[in-house]
Amino acid sequence: MRNRLKSVILLGPGLGWLALLMVVPCGLIFTYSVFERGVYGGIDYTFTLENFRRAADPLFLGIFLRSAKIAGLATLIAILIAYPAAFAITRAPRDWQTALLILVILPFWSNYLIRTYAWIVMLNREGLINNGLAGLGVIDEPLPLLYNSFAVVVGLVYNYTPFVVLAIYASLNRINRETIEASEDLGASGWVTFWRVIVPQTVPGIAAGGVFVFVLSIGNFITPDLLGGGRLQMVGNLIYDQFLSARDWPFGATLSMFLIALMMILLFAQAMVARRAAGEGAG
Amino acid sequence: MQRRMHTGLKLHLGLFFAFLYVPVLVLMVLSFNRAGLPTVWTGFSLDWYGKLFTADPIIRAARNTLVVAVASTVLATVIGTLLAVGVETRRNSPFLDAILFAPMIIPDIVLAIALLSFYTAISLTLGLHSIILSHVVFNIAFVVAVVRTRMRHFDHSMLEASADLGASEFTTFRRVLLPTIAPGVIAGALLSFTLSVDEFIIAFFTAGAGQSSTTLPMQIYSMIRFGVTPEINAMATIVMLVSFTLVLLAQRADRRVFTQ
Repeated sequence: MRNRLKSVILLGPGLGWLALLMVVPCGLIFTYSVFERGVYGGIDYTFTLENFRRAADPLFLGIFLRSAKIAGLATLIAILIAYPAAFAITRAPRDWQTALLILVILPFWSNYLIRTYAWIVMLNREGLINNGLAGLGVIDEPLPLLYNSFAVVVGLVYNYTPFVVLAIYASLNRINRETIEASEDLGASGWVTFWRVIVPQTVPGIAAGGVFVFVLSIGNFITPDLLGGGRLQMVGNLIYDQFLSARDWPFGATLSMFLIALMMILLFAQAMVARRAAGEGAG
Repeated sequence: MQRRMHTGLKLHLGLFFAFLYVPVLVLMVLSFNRAGLPTVWTGFSLDWYGKLFTADPIIRAARNTLVVAVASTVLATVIGTLLAVGVETRRNSPFLDAILFAPMIIPDIVLAIALLSFYTAISLTLGLHSIILSHVVFNIAFVVAVVRTRMRHFDHSMLEASADLGASEFTTFRRVLLPTIAPGVIAGALLSFTLSVDEFIIAFFTAGAGQSSTTLPMQIYSMIRFGVTPEINAMATIVMLVSFTLVLLAQRADRRVFTQ
């Protein structure tokens, strides 16, 4: 009885808050997805599967695929940048490592809009990159760096790579040092040891970082909106439009359900990778 | 071989830090640019900062942001700390872990429209209070994560010792547990505050129509839509420096915050 009361006091407010303002609202948009759009933009409570049929329309499917491609590219580049960076940090002197990690994560905790805006300043026709290249005589005409998918990928990589560095650093730190020594003692080169011993043990870190970047990229709204220049639509912008301009809430709800489903599948896959790695470590 | 690889790694790390910090530094430098030109240096000036502090919409947005951040931080810190203690003192539950992790990874646009739909369904008038309610959702998750990390390094036999010595549950909580996890609680609160100050999409959707509940990120967004101006650079510089200071304070409070 006492324990139950304690649990209620400790867990009640927090779980209650999350249930009421996260689980219920997400459940609500689940139900909206099977209803029709009202005449004045509200919900008409007539059951329909039309929203799902529309979401599978080539037009919207195309936007989904393009978003997945951009998010996938951003994820791949983020991992390729983050892995050596994390590896370099593990090789730094012990007391430097924390300082370097803080330096990596510091921008991540500042305003996302501003970090994205910084790339408008960098990439525009008179931006640092175009002016720099023109000054060096490499280009005559400014390159079209902004308001395209290139700019969007740059923005996503910039914003999310710090987290991937952290995730990979954590898994590099957990590697059993003896396996590396054993590999070297058995005559493996540094390269072979890296690919056959170190990388396989860091797969959970790569998966955790990768899933994070992919999920946050595919559902992103700000980056395609500001760096894609409105011409490049991704799922996030599509959902935004359904709610604020098209006023078709049921269809917007259906699109977000796809995002949530995708997110859950990826998180589940990542949990499986982590569990399998943990099992191998123990066995 | 080993040595050469090391130089390559160092170079990579250096370039990576340049990639992270050059855009931010460029922004900060250009905020002191005299001319209205966004990218060509024409001399040092503090005019844009002066303009910022006399613009009514910006002052109001800053005040709104402060109200939202303070209120949601206080709520999330109290609720999140209780939740972290509750979760860490019972058997591990993957289901609870998933619920507590969800607000961190759910795309903010999805949470934003879900909350807007919910508030509309229960006919809640939108305003600063609805932004506060919404911000507490993700702030709880971050406070819980930070405090739980702290709890894991806590010797649970201390709780038994305190109970054996006749202390009540409440006394044990206040005199034994709280002082040990305090650094985590403070760090969690500082991070919540930072997140809330910087959050845009959820605030944008749950603020309702009208200018009265515009927050600073909403103000920044509408300014960016108009184009690159030194005024945005000045505001961005201030907001960035505030965030950096808060995050470094959080790290000082609990050294494990970012390395776990």
